[in-house]
Amino acid sequence: MAKSDVKVLGSWPSPFVMRARIALNIKSVNYEYFEERLREGKSELLLKSNPVHKKIPVLIHGDKPICESLVIVQYIDETWSSGPSILPSDPYERATARFWAAYLDEKWFPSIRTIGMAQGEDARKAAIAQVEEGLVLLEEAFGKCSKGKRFFGGDQIGYLDIAFGCFLAWLRVTEKMSGIKLLSEANTPALLNWADRFCSDAAVKDVMPDTEKLAEFGKMVIAKMRGAAPPK
Amino acid sequence: MALSDVKVLGSWPSPFVLRPRIALHLKSVNYEYIEENLLESKSELLLKSNPVFKKVPVLLHGDKPICESLIIVQYIDEVWSSGPSILPSDPYERANSRFWAAYIDEKWFPALRGVLAAESEDAKKAAIAQVEEGLVLLEEAFGKLSQGKPFFGGDQIGYLDIALGSFLVWLKVIEKISEMKLLTEAKTRCLLEWAHRFSSHVAVKDVMPEADKLAEFGVKLRAKILKARAIPK
Repeated sequence: MAKSDVKVLGSWPSPFVMRARIALNIKSVNYEYFEERLREGKSELLLKSNPVHKKIPVLIHGDKPICESLVIVQYIDETWSSGPSILPSDPYERATARFWAAYLDEKWFPSIRTIGMAQGEDARKAAIAQVEEGLVLLEEAFGKCSKGKRFFGGDQIGYLDIAFGCFLAWLRVTEKMSGIKLLSEANTPALLNWADRFCSDAAVKDVMPDTEKLAEFGKMVIAKMRGAAPPK
Repeated sequence: MALSDVKVLGSWPSPFVLRPRIALHLKSVNYEYIEENLLESKSELLLKSNPVFKKVPVLLHGDKPICESLIIVQYIDEVWSSGPSILPSDPYERANSRFWAAYIDEKWFPALRGVLAAESEDAKKAAIAQVEEGLVLLEEAFGKLSQGKPFFGGDQIGYLDIALGSFLVWLKVIEKISEMKLLTEAKTRCLLEWAHRFSSHVAVKDVMPEADKLAEFGVKLRAKILKARAIPK
């Protein structure tokens, strides 16, 4: 299959874009990566490929655009079915992986973002508490899903590893900027070890953004948001 | 399989609860339905089965709880694989179904709820406009995905039919509140016809709530929402 037959439209700070790239890497699928310069306005290709949400990532397979990171990951798993499986084969394990991915997107990652944006010490503490509670739940989920193996998906990286692991760079930036360890030996020893394994996996390490670079980007985003707030 | 091996914890006004019930009907799976009263406190069984979100629906299969309506529908499709397929078989069609189901839950349904909970005329109008825009997109999606057949899923009800169809009675209630038709001959002719077919389908008609009863519930729900928002003096 020609390299340009599979394209990913993305943006380097986006954890959601990482998901699509990791999945393609797991399947050893060559693809062309297009960096959207979101500050300069969205490209024609993005607006045409994702008219509903106008967001990245978008996977373009031949002439077919696929949008929404977790929809893309499942599409990749089902299309390149001869490669290593991303979703588990057992229906209950699949439901469990999907459940925690939904939890991460709907509850947990929004609370990470809130830490950075929080106005006032109380709001910040509340957001941190939410993130920590979530990590305790995920530590427990790791125990159940991994069954003593290295990843949520077992011996290999799977759907939930991808869904969660893509947030690790932002998690590290948040730890740096807030001065708090969110993943710790005391509360989340299994996740701490899993995080290192995930980040050093061959399918992951080249697409994980550098923490320093991401921290700089994070500061700029927050400054912009705060600068944009109406004066009181 | 014993009747009590499959249970659904639900609440009759919830559109999300309809989804697993329709899916189980499509697969001809017998189940026990347990009604939660959402205006009162949550049952022990619900809190134990869905400790993370504490919400209905929950599917209990043997001792395994499965939560989140679309995840439950996919679970049902995969477990009872000898029954009619709910998700399409082609990966791109599956991706499209999942995409639109996600759109419905993340963008369209909040707009629908926004009409119910609107505090001002302006807020109501804005929410109605969003609902209408969404329906126009879904009308277009129907054209592409149904490929001339009666349902999004083709000849039979599928994943996206279930995802959208579960909101049809609430849509009627919202039409009543906004005093206008949201599904219309002019803008959403195909969806209008699809809505009739879906609502009268054998796997659907016995679980859809009655519009009048739901409208009464809607009034109570709106009052509850507005009260919860009221700033204490």
